Amino acid sequence: MSATWIAVLAATFGCYAFKLAGQSMPRSVLDRPVVQAIADPLPVALLAALVVTNTFALGNALVLDARAVGLAAAVVALLLRAPFLVVVIVAAAAAAGVRALGWAA
Amino acid sequence: MSGSWQTTRRSVLSTALGVGLATGAYGISFGAIAVAGGLNPLQAQVLSALMFTGGSQFALVGVLSGGGGAASAVTTAVLLGARNAFYGLRLAPVLRVRGLQRLAAAQLTIDESTAVSFGQDERAYDGRAARLGFWATGLAVFVFWNLATLIGSLSAEALGDPRTFGLDAAIPAGFIALVWPRLRERRALGVALGAGVVALALTPLLRPGIPVLLSAVVAVVAGLLEVRRRAGLRP
Repeated sequence: MSATWIAVLAATFGCYAFKLAGQSMPRSVLDRPVVQAIADPLPVALLAALVVTNTFALGNALVLDARAVGLAAAVVALLLRAPFLVVVIVAAAAAAGVRALGWAA
Repeated sequence: MSGSWQTTRRSVLSTALGVGLATGAYGISFGAIAVAGGLNPLQAQVLSALMFTGGSQFALVGVLSGGGGAASAVTTAVLLGARNAFYGLRLAPVLRVRGLQRLAAAQLTIDESTAVSFGQDERAYDGRAARLGFWATGLAVFVFWNLATLIGSLSAEALGDPRTFGLDAAIPAGFIALVWPRLRERRALGVALGAGVVALALTPLLRPGIPVLLSAVVAVVAGLLEVRRRAGLRP
């Protein structure tokens, strides 16, 4: 089995285990204040890290390319209260646009 | 509470369908990005059908295609999926499921189904509106998300380089759209900025994928500080 398949299946198993645990666990376990206090900001931290690495990282290098233009466009769309799908399309279109014009890699 | 159950039912179902269509359409970019990132269409489909939690799916693909290796890709995806456990915990008393139903409910426990369910009056019609919101939204998103993934992954091979269409920029845009509603809270904004700085600072030093994982430390620190703050407030 390839490493990709192993990653796909292992991550799928882990994600389902969390879903099922929440539906099955006695409240007392996940209700502990320290668990709640850490679980609440956890997605915020991971998502923010994924935003910056998927925008500015190229392997180990930090780069400024068309993805940054896409992210800026996404932020503008979010400030204008655009729905999720529009935000994504605007970002892709902005990045594709500056690449087509040859303004950014 | 005004109107009949029929009216409520129709409005819940139309919300579910709308959310399903909007989220589902986004699955096209998942399918395309997954294939562009080195997965085959079957692997993309397995993720959409069995993992079925968009943030984790994108995280897995994002870390793998960034050269991050399987272990950090899996860990990031699973940590990001941990929030579904807390959704499930809050949903369980509303859904009152058991046996096989619980296995299905677990699979449909995602951001959207939880949001629509919590958007209903929990006590209305003995909780029927909240339950309908959960099941209808979960199923609608599941169907459209999987159909769209298939369309995206099959057309990705025909489209060629996804960068031409800016699909690589669609990934961070999706992540920031997911986190955006939370950034109105000052504490969450601080966590986001801290995590972003940590991830950027570590990028040149560590293997791709690891900086994202280590940004979780910011959440742990923020959580522990919050616990201490609350303890300090106690008389």
